[in-house]
Amino acid sequence: MISKKIVLHFPTRLVDEPIVYKLVKDYDLKFNILKASVTPQEEGLMVLELSGKTEDYDKGVEYLKSCGVKIQSLSHDIRRNEAKCTDCGVCIPICPVEALAVDPKTRKVTFESKKCIACELCVKICPTRAMEVHF
Amino acid sequence: MKTIKEINEKIKKGDAVVVTAEEIIDLVGKKGAKKAAQEVDVVTTGTFGPMCSSGAYFNIGHSKPRIKIGGGACKLNDVPAYCGLAAVDIYLGATAIPEDDPRNKVFPGEFKYGGGHVIQELVSGKDVRLEATSYGTDCYPRKKLDTLVNIKDLNEAVLFNVRNCYQNYNVAVNLSDKTIYTYMGMLKPKLGNANYCSAGQLSPLLKDPHYKTIGIGSRIFLGGGTGYVAWQGTQHNPSVKRKENGIPQAPAGTIAVIGDLKQMKPQYLVGISMLGYGVTMAIGIGVPIPVLNEEIAAYAAAKDEEIYTQIVDYGEAYPQMVPGSLGEVNYAQLKSGRITVHGKEVPTGNLSSYSKACQIAEELKAWIKKGEFFLSEPVAPLPAAESGYTLKPLKERPIPEAGK
Repeated sequence: MISKKIVLHFPTRLVDEPIVYKLVKDYDLKFNILKASVTPQEEGLMVLELSGKTEDYDKGVEYLKSCGVKIQSLSHDIRRNEAKCTDCGVCIPICPVEALAVDPKTRKVTFESKKCIACELCVKICPTRAMEVHF
Repeated sequence: MKTIKEINEKIKKGDAVVVTAEEIIDLVGKKGAKKAAQEVDVVTTGTFGPMCSSGAYFNIGHSKPRIKIGGGACKLNDVPAYCGLAAVDIYLGATAIPEDDPRNKVFPGEFKYGGGHVIQELVSGKDVRLEATSYGTDCYPRKKLDTLVNIKDLNEAVLFNVRNCYQNYNVAVNLSDKTIYTYMGMLKPKLGNANYCSAGQLSPLLKDPHYKTIGIGSRIFLGGGTGYVAWQGTQHNPSVKRKENGIPQAPAGTIAVIGDLKQMKPQYLVGISMLGYGVTMAIGIGVPIPVLNEEIAAYAAAKDEEIYTQIVDYGEAYPQMVPGSLGEVNYAQLKSGRITVHGKEVPTGNLSSYSKACQIAEELKAWIKKGEFFLSEPVAPLPAAESGYTLKPLKERPIPEAGK
Protein backbone atom coordinates (compact mmCIF):
# COMPACT_ATOMS: atom_id res chain seq x y z
CA MET A 1 0.00 0.00 0.00
CA ILE A 2 1.04 3.54 -0.67
CA SER A 3 -0.45 6.89 0.33
CA LYS A 4 0.80 10.21 -0.97
CA LYS A 5 -0.32 13.80 -1.00
CA ILE A 6 0.00 15.28 -4.44
CA VAL A 7 -0.88 18.46 -6.28
CA LEU A 8 -2.49 18.07 -9.69
CA HIS A 9 -2.47 20.84 -12.25
CA PHE A 10 -5.11 20.38 -14.94
CA PRO A 11 -4.68 22.30 -18.19
CA THR A 12 -7.83 24.14 -19.38
CA ARG A 13 -8.76 21.46 -21.91
CA LEU A 14 -9.02 18.79 -19.19
CA VAL A 15 -11.15 20.67 -16.72
CA ASP A 16 -14.42 19.07 -17.95
CA GLU A 17 -13.15 15.50 -17.90
CA PRO A 18 -13.89 13.07 -15.04
CA ILE A 19 -10.27 12.21 -14.45
CA VAL A 20 -10.40 11.60 -10.72
CA TYR A 21 -13.37 9.28 -11.22
CA LYS A 22 -11.23 7.12 -13.49
CA LEU A 23 -8.59 6.84 -10.77
CA VAL A 24 -11.20 5.07 -8.67
CA LYS A 25 -12.95 3.09 -11.38
CA ASP A 26 -9.99 1.89 -13.42
CA TYR A 27 -7.13 1.94 -10.94
CA ASP A 28 -8.88 1.11 -7.68
CA LEU A 29 -7.37 4.08 -5.84
CA LYS A 30 -8.80 5.88 -2.82
CA PHE A 31 -8.69 9.64 -2.76
CA ASN A 32 -9.32 12.41 -0.31
CA ILE A 33 -9.62 15.91 -1.75
CA LEU A 34 -7.76 18.39 0.43
CA LYS A 35 -8.31 21.31 -1.88
CA ALA A 36 -9.70 21.99 -5.33
CA SER A 37 -10.13 25.08 -7.46
CA VAL A 38 -10.83 25.90 -11.07
CA THR A 39 -10.11 29.37 -12.32
CA PRO A 40 -12.07 30.51 -15.38
CA GLN A 41 -9.93 30.44 -18.53
CA GLU A 42 -7.11 29.02 -16.47
CA GLU A 43 -6.02 25.71 -15.11
CA GLY A 44 -7.63 23.56 -12.47
CA LEU A 45 -5.79 22.71 -9.31
CA MET A 46 -6.40 19.84 -6.95
CA VAL A 47 -4.63 18.70 -3.84
CA LEU A 48 -5.27 15.00 -3.28
CA GLU A 49 -4.31 12.38 -0.82
CA LEU A 50 -4.12 9.32 -3.05
CA SER A 51 -3.77 5.79 -1.73
CA GLY A 52 -3.92 2.22 -2.97
CA LYS A 53 -1.65 -0.66 -3.98
CA THR A 54 1.76 0.55 -5.14
CA GLU A 55 1.22 -1.07 -8.54
CA ASP A 56 -2.17 0.62 -8.99
CA TYR A 57 -0.83 3.90 -7.71
CA ASP A 58 1.97 3.92 -10.27
CA LYS A 59 -0.41 3.05 -13.08
CA GLY A 60 -2.84 5.75 -11.93
CA VAL A 61 -0.09 8.36 -11.88
CA GLU A 62 1.02 7.19 -15.33
CA TYR A 63 -2.58 7.66 -16.53
CA LEU A 64 -2.71 11.19 -15.11
CA LYS A 65 0.54 12.09 -16.86
CA SER A 66 -0.69 10.62 -20.15
CA CYS A 67 -3.73 12.91 -19.93
CA GLY A 68 -1.47 15.94 -19.58
CA VAL A 69 -1.96 16.50 -15.84
CA LYS A 70 1.11 17.90 -14.15
CA ILE A 71 1.89 16.23 -10.84
CA GLN A 72 3.79 17.70 -7.96
CA SER A 73 4.47 16.32 -4.55
CA LEU A 74 2.73 18.34 -1.86
CA SER A 75 5.49 18.90 0.65
CA HIS A 76 6.96 21.76 -1.34
CA ASP A 77 3.81 23.75 -1.46
CA ILE A 78 3.66 25.66 1.80
CA ARG A 79 6.90 27.30 2.81
CA ARG A 80 7.86 29.35 5.79
CA ASN A 81 9.68 32.52 4.84
CA GLU A 82 12.18 32.74 7.67
CA ALA A 83 13.06 36.33 6.92
CA LYS A 84 9.44 37.36 7.43
CA CYS A 85 8.54 35.10 10.38
CA THR A 86 8.85 36.81 13.77
CA ASP A 87 8.47 33.51 15.65
CA CYS A 88 5.36 34.63 17.51
CA GLY A 89 3.49 31.32 17.32
CA VAL A 90 -0.08 32.47 16.72
CA CYS A 91 -0.25 29.92 13.86
CA ILE A 92 0.40 26.98 16.15
CA PRO A 93 -3.08 26.29 17.55
CA ILE A 94 -4.63 26.96 14.12
CA CYS A 95 -2.74 24.15 12.37
CA PRO A 96 -5.01 21.08 12.26
CA VAL A 97 -2.12 18.60 11.97
CA GLU A 98 0.44 20.09 14.37
CA ALA A 99 2.92 20.82 11.61
CA LEU A 100 3.79 24.06 13.39
CA ALA A 101 5.33 24.11 16.85
CA VAL A 102 7.67 26.09 19.11
CA ASP A 103 11.10 24.62 19.71
CA PRO A 104 11.29 24.63 23.52
CA LYS A 105 15.02 25.42 23.42
CA THR A 106 15.30 28.16 20.83
CA ARG A 107 11.71 29.40 21.27
CA LYS A 108 11.55 29.69 17.52
CA VAL A 109 8.67 28.42 15.44
CA THR A 110 9.33 25.21 13.53
CA PHE A 111 7.47 23.98 10.47
CA GLU A 112 7.43 20.29 9.61
CA SER A 113 6.42 20.30 5.97
CA LYS A 114 5.98 16.51 5.92
CA LYS A 115 2.95 16.82 8.18
CA CYS A 116 1.45 19.76 6.23
CA ILE A 117 -1.82 19.12 4.36
CA ALA A 118 -1.76 22.52 2.65
CA CYS A 119 -5.05 23.70 4.13
CA GLU A 120 -3.53 27.21 4.06
CA LEU A 121 -5.10 28.38 7.31
CA CYS A 122 -1.69 29.57 8.52
CA VAL A 123 -1.11 31.41 5.24
CA LYS A 124 -4.11 33.63 5.85
CA ILE A 125 -3.71 34.26 9.55
CA CYS A 126 0.04 34.83 9.75
CA PRO A 127 0.42 38.49 10.81
CA THR A 128 3.57 38.97 8.70
CA ARG A 129 2.34 36.67 5.90
CA ALA A 130 5.42 34.52 6.37
CA MET A 131 3.69 31.28 5.34
CA GLU A 132 3.76 31.20 1.56
CA VAL A 133 2.09 29.05 -1.06
CA HIS A 134 4.39 27.89 -3.85
CA PHE A 135 3.05 26.00 -6.85
CA MET B 1 21.52 50.46 48.50
CA LYS B 2 22.63 51.57 45.01
CA THR B 3 21.82 54.63 42.93
CA ILE B 4 21.35 54.99 39.18
CA LYS B 5 24.34 57.35 39.20
CA GLU B 6 26.53 54.66 40.75
CA ILE B 7 25.32 52.10 38.23
CA ASN B 8 26.14 54.49 35.38
CA GLU B 9 29.66 54.94 36.80
CA LYS B 10 30.08 51.18 36.65
CA ILE B 11 28.72 51.06 33.08
CA LYS B 12 31.25 53.74 32.12
CA LYS B 13 34.09 51.68 33.57
CA GLY B 14 32.77 48.53 31.97
CA ASP B 15 32.21 46.94 35.39
CA ALA B 16 28.41 46.80 35.48
CA VAL B 17 26.87 43.37 36.00
CA VAL B 18 23.96 43.03 33.61
CA VAL B 19 21.62 40.04 33.35
CA THR B 20 18.40 39.45 31.45
CA ALA B 21 15.02 39.16 33.15
CA GLU B 22 15.27 35.39 32.54
CA GLU B 23 18.73 35.09 34.09
CA ILE B 24 17.74 37.02 37.24
CA ILE B 25 15.11 34.34 37.95
CA ASP B 26 17.74 31.61 38.41
CA LEU B 27 20.08 33.92 40.25
CA VAL B 28 17.49 34.98 42.83
CA GLY B 29 16.35 31.36 43.06
CA LYS B 30 19.86 30.17 43.91
CA LYS B 31 21.27 33.03 45.94
CA GLY B 32 18.25 34.91 47.23
CA ALA B 33 17.15 38.45 46.40
CA LYS B 34 19.54 40.12 48.84
CA LYS B 35 22.67 38.53 47.40
CA ALA B 36 21.43 38.96 43.84
CA ALA B 37 20.78 42.65 44.46
CA GLN B 38 24.37 43.06 45.65
CA GLU B 39 25.77 41.29 42.61
CA VAL B 40 23.58 42.56 39.81
CA ASP B 41 23.33 46.17 38.64
CA VAL B 42 20.88 45.99 35.77
CA VAL B 43 18.18 43.56 34.61
CA THR B 44 17.20 43.85 30.95
CA THR B 45 13.66 43.05 29.83
CA GLY B 46 12.19 42.68 26.35
CA THR B 47 8.95 42.34 24.47
CA PHE B 48 7.95 42.14 20.80
CA GLY B 49 4.32 42.17 19.82
CA PRO B 50 1.54 44.03 18.01
CA MET B 51 1.05 47.48 19.53
CA CYS B 52 -1.68 49.35 17.68
CA SER B 53 -1.38 52.79 19.26
CA SER B 54 1.86 53.46 17.45
CA GLY B 55 2.95 55.74 14.68
CA ALA B 56 5.55 58.21 13.54
CA TYR B 57 5.69 61.89 12.78
CA PHE B 58 7.78 63.44 10.07
CA ASN B 59 8.89 66.86 8.97
CA ILE B 60 9.29 66.39 5.26
CA GLY B 61 11.02 69.72 4.47
CA HIS B 62 9.63 72.61 2.45
CA SER B 63 9.16 72.23 -1.28
CA LYS B 64 9.80 75.01 -3.79
CA PRO B 65 7.31 76.67 -4.11
CA ARG B 66 5.94 75.92 -0.65
CA ILE B 67 2.89 73.80 0.10
CA LYS B 68 0.80 73.81 3.27
CA ILE B 69 -0.08 70.16 3.81
CA GLY B 70 -1.52 71.15 7.19
CA GLY B 71 -5.28 71.34 6.70
CA GLY B 72 -4.93 69.49 3.40
CA ALA B 73 -4.55 65.78 2.75
CA CYS B 74 -1.62 63.47 2.23
CA LYS B 75 -0.73 59.85 1.66
CA LEU B 76 2.44 57.81 2.05
CA ASN B 77 2.45 54.86 -0.36
CA ASP B 78 -1.30 55.42 -0.63
CA VAL B 79 -1.81 55.24 3.14
CA PRO B 80 -3.40 58.42 4.55
CA ALA B 81 -1.43 60.33 7.16
CA TYR B 82 -2.72 62.97 9.58
CA CYS B 83 -2.21 66.54 8.39
CA GLY B 84 -3.79 68.65 11.14
CA LEU B 85 -0.42 70.15 12.04
CA ALA B 86 1.87 72.84 10.61
CA ALA B 87 2.72 73.07 6.90
CA VAL B 88 5.00 70.06 6.47
CA ASP B 89 4.57 68.05 9.68
CA ILE B 90 2.58 64.84 9.28
CA TYR B 91 1.78 61.86 11.52
CA LEU B 92 1.33 58.37 10.16
CA GLY B 93 -0.53 55.91 12.37
CA ALA B 94 0.28 52.19 12.33
CA THR B 95 -3.33 51.17 11.69
CA ALA B 96 -4.03 53.53 8.77
CA ILE B 97 -5.04 51.80 5.52
CA PRO B 98 -5.42 52.98 1.93
CA GLU B 99 -8.79 54.53 1.11
CA ASP B 100 -9.42 51.87 -1.54
CA ASP B 101 -8.57 48.91 0.68
CA PRO B 102 -11.61 46.58 0.49
CA ARG B 103 -11.59 46.35 4.31
CA ASN B 104 -14.09 43.73 5.49
CA LYS B 105 -16.32 43.91 2.39
CA VAL B 106 -15.31 40.38 1.56
CA PHE B 107 -15.07 38.91 5.03
CA PRO B 108 -12.55 38.33 6.50
CA GLY B 109 -10.57 41.14 4.90
CA GLU B 110 -6.87 40.61 4.33
CA PHE B 111 -5.55 44.10 5.15
CA LYS B 112 -2.35 43.59 3.23
CA TYR B 113 -0.76 47.00 3.63
CA GLY B 114 -1.02 49.98 5.93
CA GLY B 115 0.75 52.46 8.16
CA GLY B 116 2.81 49.83 9.98
CA HIS B 117 4.16 48.54 6.69
CA VAL B 118 5.02 52.06 5.47
CA ILE B 119 6.96 52.73 8.67
CA GLN B 120 8.82 49.43 8.27
CA GLU B 121 9.71 50.30 4.66
CA LEU B 122 10.94 53.76 5.65
CA VAL B 123 13.10 52.23 8.39
CA SER B 124 14.47 49.75 5.82
CA GLY B 125 15.71 52.74 3.82
CA LYS B 126 13.24 52.26 0.98
CA ASP B 127 11.86 55.23 -0.95
CA VAL B 128 8.21 55.97 -0.19
CA ARG B 129 5.78 57.94 -2.39
CA LEU B 130 4.36 61.07 -0.80
CA GLU B 131 1.26 62.60 -2.35
CA ALA B 132 -0.26 65.75 -0.90
CA THR B 133 -2.98 68.16 -1.84
CA SER B 134 -3.90 71.48 -0.34
CA TYR B 135 -5.90 74.65 -1.01
CA GLY B 136 -3.09 77.17 -1.55
CA THR B 137 -2.43 80.39 0.33
CA ASP B 138 -0.40 83.51 -0.37
CA CYS B 139 2.53 82.14 1.61
CA TYR B 140 2.04 78.48 0.57
CA PRO B 141 0.80 78.71 -3.03
CA ARG B 142 1.33 75.12 -4.14
CA LYS B 143 -1.68 72.82 -4.25
CA LYS B 144 -0.20 69.47 -5.23
CA LEU B 145 2.86 67.44 -4.45
CA ASP B 146 3.85 63.98 -5.67
CA THR B 147 7.35 62.85 -4.83
CA LEU B 148 9.49 60.04 -3.50
CA VAL B 149 10.88 60.57 -0.01
CA ASN B 150 13.52 58.71 1.93
CA ILE B 151 13.96 58.61 5.69
CA LYS B 152 17.51 59.91 5.43
CA ASP B 153 16.29 63.13 3.77
CA LEU B 154 13.50 63.90 6.22
CA ASN B 155 14.27 66.58 8.81
CA GLU B 156 12.68 64.57 11.58
CA ALA B 157 11.37 61.02 11.62
CA VAL B 158 10.23 60.20 15.12
CA LEU B 159 8.41 57.14 16.38
CA PHE B 160 5.83 58.31 18.90
CA ASN B 161 3.54 55.63 20.30
CA VAL B 162 0.82 56.66 22.70
CA ARG B 163 0.28 53.19 24.15
CA ASN B 164 2.82 50.36 24.14
CA CYS B 165 4.08 47.62 26.32
CA TYR B 166 0.89 46.54 28.11
CA GLN B 167 1.56 45.23 31.58
CA ASN B 168 -0.17 41.88 31.15
CA TYR B 169 -2.93 41.06 28.66
CA ASN B 170 -6.05 38.93 28.26
CA VAL B 171 -6.09 35.40 26.93
CA ALA B 172 -8.64 35.48 24.11
CA VAL B 173 -11.03 32.59 23.45
CA ASN B 174 -14.28 32.22 21.54
CA LEU B 175 -17.30 30.58 23.15
CA SER B 176 -19.60 31.26 20.19
CA ASP B 177 -20.31 28.72 17.47
CA LYS B 178 -18.66 30.58 14.60
CA THR B 179 -15.05 31.47 13.82
CA ILE B 180 -14.22 35.07 14.69
CA TYR B 181 -11.40 37.32 13.49
CA THR B 182 -10.04 39.66 16.13
CA TYR B 183 -6.98 41.72 17.00
CA MET B 184 -6.01 38.65 19.04
CA GLY B 185 -6.02 36.56 15.87
CA MET B 186 -8.45 34.04 14.46
CA LEU B 187 -10.43 32.37 17.23
CA LYS B 188 -12.03 29.09 16.36
CA PRO B 189 -15.56 28.40 17.68
CA LYS B 190 -16.34 26.69 20.96
CA LEU B 191 -12.95 27.15 22.56
CA GLY B 192 -11.01 26.00 19.50
CA ASN B 193 -7.90 27.91 20.52
CA ALA B 194 -6.68 30.40 23.12
CA ASN B 195 -4.47 33.31 22.03
CA TYR B 196 -2.39 35.38 24.41
CA CYS B 197 0.00 38.27 23.91
CA SER B 198 2.79 38.84 26.38
CA ALA B 199 6.42 37.93 26.90
CA GLY B 200 5.46 36.99 30.49
CA GLN B 201 8.62 36.75 32.57
CA LEU B 202 10.58 38.95 30.13
CA SER B 203 7.94 41.66 29.74
CA PRO B 204 9.12 45.08 31.01
CA LEU B 205 6.23 46.25 33.19
CA LEU B 206 5.64 42.79 34.68
CA LYS B 207 9.17 42.88 36.09
CA ASP B 208 8.70 46.23 37.80
CA PRO B 209 5.04 45.83 38.76
CA HIS B 210 4.77 48.99 40.88
CA TYR B 211 6.78 51.19 38.47
CA LYS B 212 9.47 51.77 41.09
CA THR B 213 12.21 52.28 38.49
CA ILE B 214 10.36 52.75 35.18
CA GLY B 215 9.01 56.27 34.90
CA ILE B 216 8.67 59.27 32.63
CA GLY B 217 12.08 59.92 31.11
CA SER B 218 13.38 56.34 31.38
CA ARG B 219 15.76 55.57 28.53
CA ILE B 220 14.77 52.36 26.72
CA PHE B 221 15.47 50.11 23.75
CA LEU B 222 12.87 51.11 21.17
CA GLY B 223 12.60 49.42 17.79
CA GLY B 224 16.32 48.66 17.70
CA GLY B 225 17.31 52.22 18.63
CA THR B 226 17.21 54.36 21.74
CA GLY B 227 13.96 55.80 22.98
CA TYR B 228 12.38 57.23 26.08
CA VAL B 229 9.23 56.79 28.12
CA ALA B 230 7.29 59.97 27.32
CA TRP B 231 4.29 59.54 29.59
CA GLN B 232 2.01 56.86 30.94
CA GLY B 233 0.35 55.21 27.95
CA THR B 234 -3.29 55.70 27.11
CA GLN B 235 -5.60 53.33 29.04
CA HIS B 236 -2.96 53.11 31.81
CA ASN B 237 -4.90 51.28 34.50
CA PRO B 238 -2.69 50.54 37.50
CA SER B 239 -5.48 49.86 39.99
CA VAL B 240 -6.62 46.44 38.67
CA LYS B 241 -6.52 43.43 41.00
CA ARG B 242 -3.05 42.23 41.86
CA LYS B 243 -1.63 39.03 43.31
CA GLU B 244 0.29 39.04 46.59
CA ASN B 245 3.50 39.42 44.58
CA GLY B 246 2.20 42.78 43.33
CA ILE B 247 1.70 41.61 39.75
CA PRO B 248 -1.53 42.71 38.08
CA GLN B 249 -3.86 39.85 37.10
CA ALA B 250 -5.29 41.69 34.10
CA PRO B 251 -4.18 44.36 31.59
CA ALA B 252 -2.84 47.24 33.73
CA GLY B 253 -0.05 49.75 33.18
CA THR B 254 1.08 51.05 29.77
CA ILE B 255 3.71 53.50 28.54
CA ALA B 256 3.85 56.13 25.81
CA VAL B 257 7.25 56.03 24.12
CA ILE B 258 9.24 58.21 21.76
CA GLY B 259 12.48 57.81 19.84
CA ASP B 260 14.42 58.67 16.69
CA LEU B 261 13.07 56.46 13.91
CA LYS B 262 16.24 57.00 11.88
CA GLN B 263 18.24 54.83 14.30
CA MET B 264 15.72 52.00 14.38
CA LYS B 265 15.83 48.66 12.59
CA PRO B 266 13.20 46.98 10.41
CA GLN B 267 13.45 43.68 12.28
CA TYR B 268 12.10 45.40 15.40
CA LEU B 269 9.36 47.45 13.69
CA VAL B 270 7.29 45.09 11.60
CA GLY B 271 4.09 45.96 9.77
CA ILE B 272 1.53 43.21 10.30
CA SER B 273 -1.90 42.24 8.96
CA MET B 274 -4.56 40.74 11.18
CA LEU B 275 -7.08 38.82 9.09
CA GLY B 276 -10.55 40.36 9.36
CA TYR B 277 -9.30 43.05 11.71
CA GLY B 278 -6.79 45.42 10.18
CA VAL B 279 -3.20 46.52 9.92
CA THR B 280 -0.91 47.24 12.83
CA MET B 281 2.74 47.11 13.79
CA ALA B 282 4.77 44.75 15.97
CA ILE B 283 7.25 46.69 18.04
CA GLY B 284 10.32 45.62 19.97
CA ILE B 285 10.84 47.30 23.34
CA GLY B 286 13.37 46.60 26.08
CA VAL B 287 13.46 48.41 29.38
CA PRO B 288 16.47 48.24 31.69
CA ILE B 289 15.67 47.85 35.38
CA PRO B 290 18.31 49.25 37.73
CA VAL B 291 18.65 46.86 40.66
CA LEU B 292 18.67 49.52 43.36
CA ASN B 293 17.79 47.21 46.22
CA GLU B 294 16.62 43.76 47.26
CA GLU B 295 12.95 44.54 46.68
CA ILE B 296 13.54 45.49 43.03
CA ALA B 297 15.60 42.32 42.51
CA ALA B 298 12.77 40.22 43.96
CA TYR B 299 10.19 41.86 41.66
CA ALA B 300 12.45 41.41 38.63
CA ALA B 301 12.75 37.70 39.43
CA ALA B 302 9.05 36.94 38.98
CA LYS B 303 8.69 33.89 36.76
CA ASP B 304 6.01 32.71 34.35
CA GLU B 305 4.47 30.46 37.03
CA GLU B 306 3.83 33.50 39.21
CA ILE B 307 2.32 35.76 36.56
CA TYR B 308 -1.43 35.27 36.12
CA THR B 309 -3.91 36.61 33.62
CA GLN B 310 -7.60 36.32 32.73
CA ILE B 311 -9.28 34.26 30.03
CA VAL B 312 -11.82 36.41 28.19
CA ASP B 313 -14.54 35.42 25.71
CA TYR B 314 -14.15 37.47 22.53
CA GLY B 315 -17.23 35.88 20.98
CA GLU B 316 -19.61 37.84 23.19
CA ALA B 317 -18.21 39.35 26.41
CA TYR B 318 -15.40 41.47 24.94
CA PRO B 319 -17.30 43.10 22.05
CA GLN B 320 -20.36 43.75 24.25
CA MET B 321 -18.28 45.22 27.11
CA VAL B 322 -19.53 42.56 29.51
CA PRO B 323 -17.03 42.29 32.35
CA GLY B 324 -15.92 38.94 33.67
CA SER B 325 -13.40 36.22 33.21
CA LEU B 326 -13.66 32.54 32.32
CA GLY B 327 -10.78 31.77 34.63
CA GLU B 328 -7.22 32.58 35.45
CA VAL B 329 -4.04 30.99 34.09
CA ASN B 330 -0.34 31.69 34.43
CA TYR B 331 2.20 32.12 31.66
CA ALA B 332 3.89 28.80 32.33
CA GLN B 333 0.57 27.11 31.58
CA LEU B 334 0.07 29.25 28.48
CA LYS B 335 3.57 28.50 27.21
CA SER B 336 3.07 24.75 27.73
CA GLY B 337 0.84 24.89 24.64
CA ARG B 338 -2.41 23.84 26.34
CA ILE B 339 -4.69 25.28 28.99
CA THR B 340 -7.96 24.04 30.39
CA VAL B 341 -11.02 26.25 29.98
CA HIS B 342 -14.47 25.13 31.16
CA GLY B 343 -13.07 21.61 31.46
CA LYS B 344 -11.85 21.54 27.87
CA GLU B 345 -8.23 21.32 26.82
CA VAL B 346 -7.48 24.24 24.50
CA PRO B 347 -4.31 24.77 22.44
CA THR B 348 -2.60 28.13 22.97
CA GLY B 349 -0.82 30.53 20.63
CA ASN B 350 1.20 33.65 21.43
CA LEU B 351 0.92 36.81 19.35
CA SER B 352 4.01 38.13 21.06
CA SER B 353 7.33 36.63 19.98
CA TYR B 354 9.21 35.24 22.96
CA SER B 355 12.31 34.55 20.88
CA LYS B 356 12.42 38.21 19.76
CA ALA B 357 11.87 39.31 23.36
CA CYS B 358 14.95 37.25 24.34
CA GLN B 359 16.95 38.83 21.50
CA ILE B 360 15.96 42.32 22.66
CA ALA B 361 16.88 41.65 26.29
CA GLU B 362 20.24 40.25 25.10
CA GLU B 363 20.90 43.15 22.75
CA LEU B 364 20.13 45.73 25.43
CA LYS B 365 22.38 43.81 27.82
CA ALA B 366 25.21 43.93 25.26
CA TRP B 367 24.75 47.70 24.76
CA ILE B 368 24.99 48.34 28.50
CA LYS B 369 28.00 46.05 28.93
CA LYS B 370 29.80 47.82 26.09
CA GLY B 371 29.09 51.18 27.71
CA GLU B 372 26.91 52.32 24.82
CA PHE B 373 23.72 52.70 26.82
CA PHE B 374 23.33 54.46 30.17
CA LEU B 375 20.37 54.39 32.50
CA SER B 376 18.38 57.53 33.11
CA GLU B 377 16.73 58.73 36.27
CA PRO B 378 12.96 59.08 35.72
CA VAL B 379 11.87 62.71 35.95
CA ALA B 380 8.40 61.79 37.21
CA PRO B 381 6.81 58.50 38.24
CA LEU B 382 4.03 56.68 36.38
CA PRO B 383 0.74 56.74 38.30
CA ALA B 384 0.83 53.64 40.52
CA ALA B 385 -1.85 51.41 42.04
CA GLU B 386 -2.63 53.73 44.92
CA SER B 387 -2.89 56.83 42.68
CA GLY B 388 -6.56 56.28 41.88
CA TYR B 389 -5.77 56.58 38.15
CA THR B 390 -8.22 54.34 36.25
CA LEU B 391 -9.55 53.41 32.83
CA LYS B 392 -13.12 54.62 32.39
CA PRO B 393 -15.61 53.44 29.77
CA LEU B 394 -17.29 56.02 27.54
CA LYS B 395 -20.55 57.40 28.92
CA GLU B 396 -22.65 58.24 25.89
CA ARG B 397 -24.92 61.24 26.27
CA PRO B 398 -27.82 62.25 24.00
CA ILE B 399 -27.26 65.20 21.65
CA PRO B 400 -29.61 68.06 22.56
CA GLU B 401 -32.10 68.90 19.81
CA ALA B 402 -31.32 72.03 17.79
CA GLY B 403 -32.91 75.23 19.08
CA LYS B 404 -33.33 74.01 22.65
